[in-house]
Amino acid sequence: MTAARRVLVAVGLPVALLALWWVASADSQSFYLPPLRQILEAFADVWLGPRLVDDVLPSLARLLAGLALAAVAGVALGVVVGGSLRLRAALEPVLEFLRAIPPPVLVPIFILVAGIGTTMKVLVISSGCLWPILLNTVEGVRARDEVLEDTCRAYGIRGPARLRHLVLRAASPQIVTGLRQALAIGIILMVISEMFAASSGLGFTIIQFQRGFAIPEMWSGILLLGLLGVVLSLGFRGLERWVLGWYHGLRRAQRGPS
Amino acid sequence: MRPGRRQRWWLGASGLLGFLLLLELVPRAGLVPDRYLPPTSRIAGALADELGEPAFWRALGDTLQGWAVGLALAVGAGVGLGLLVGSVPALRAATSSTIEFLRPIPSVALIPLAVLLFGTDLRSKLLLVVYASFWQVLVQVVAGVRDVDPVAMDTAHSYGLGRWGRIRHVVWPTALPYAMTGFRLAAAVALILAITAELIIGSPGLGREIAVAQTSGAVPAMYALVVVAGLLGVGVNLAARALERQVLAWHPATRREAP
Repeated sequence: MTAARRVLVAVGLPVALLALWWVASADSQSFYLPPLRQILEAFADVWLGPRLVDDVLPSLARLLAGLALAAVAGVALGVVVGGSLRLRAALEPVLEFLRAIPPPVLVPIFILVAGIGTTMKVLVISSGCLWPILLNTVEGVRARDEVLEDTCRAYGIRGPARLRHLVLRAASPQIVTGLRQALAIGIILMVISEMFAASSGLGFTIIQFQRGFAIPEMWSGILLLGLLGVVLSLGFRGLERWVLGWYHGLRRAQRGPS
Repeated sequence: MRPGRRQRWWLGASGLLGFLLLLELVPRAGLVPDRYLPPTSRIAGALADELGEPAFWRALGDTLQGWAVGLALAVGAGVGLGLLVGSVPALRAATSSTIEFLRPIPSVALIPLAVLLFGTDLRSKLLLVVYASFWQVLVQVVAGVRDVDPVAMDTAHSYGLGRWGRIRHVVWPTALPYAMTGFRLAAAVALILAITAELIIGSPGLGREIAVAQTSGAVPAMYALVVVAGLLGVGVNLAARALERQVLAWHPATRREAP
């Protein structure tokens, strides 16, 4: 397939769907389903003004802070737990339980402890993101290559060098998988921590629009959240390709020329 | 030395016991104020109280109902559309970018819409649950159908199997393990979204009870309900895994794992 045709196939359906939405809603009288034109106008008015700096960017900053905190804690704990059979056996039931708690119920707990400020939101995001990162790191550390492990021992590689070249490297594909799962949970928690109790932020603003029956603005907020989800996941994929380039190359080489 | 099966069980049980003991001692020693984190024994007491309340069982039933109905709808739609999209290459090529675009849209973005359209009705909850879990199933089933062995397909062709025969005997067995993975993921996601809907929108269920307990300052009751939500999550995970093992008992990967 030529490049032009591939692009055509990829954008064809989305463009057709958007056109359909545009045309079908063009003279919509329904209060809840305004014309797409109005939604896009509202989008430009609402989100490209001061709200971008006041609401959107702080929300994203909290998401990234929470994710970073969870990544550091999750990888550190994961390396410790994954490295010891006994520790893993002892902690497994507790971790299974903590992981199974639906993360949104953490919001009321952290409101109790930390109020409704930034601290609460970052804590909620990071404690929801912790489990996928932690459990995937444990799995990755556990499944490291035995030959490499013996080689390291034979060459007397230990301490930080062993951690960096053997343990973290072996676990990195799994860590990245955990981060990807954590990102999806993090976005959810970012939005609902602001919807539940806040005075600014993306989720708060959208709920305000809904409560004030500012319908085109509300739709533009839904659109923005969708776009953010897509952009973050594309960005993450780019990052993954960069960080795990060696791994995908290795897998391709192992599979042989195809 | 590798700990044996029995020893692992003991380690796990003592880990759990240690965790509970820690949560009992930390607030009692005053490290954390007990209005933030009540000791385990008080949470257990509140849990026992809840178990005696008909309202608690009603909330649990509401949560499970939203979860089960939403999951069933998502799995039905995901498997049906997945088989269709996966088996027609042109359709797969045309829809892949749209699926990749729609999938990462966080379903919590639909909360305001759900509130406007359905209020605190069950349908609000279902909208969120179905949207979130549908993609998990769809993506897995499409990948599964794509994985069908071309030789097996050609063989089925030469033996004169019709369209349904091929789907039943070639496509389905290949896609089933993928579909079960999708189901397992969807079951967990559906529970998260059901409870989110209750927490944020106020649909009846455990999530709403937690929000009510928090605003009324009933801290031990709130923790007790969080524990119930966690146990529900564990139950859902275990049940999905057991079902997966049962359904895929014939699959080589499962047979190899069997003791």
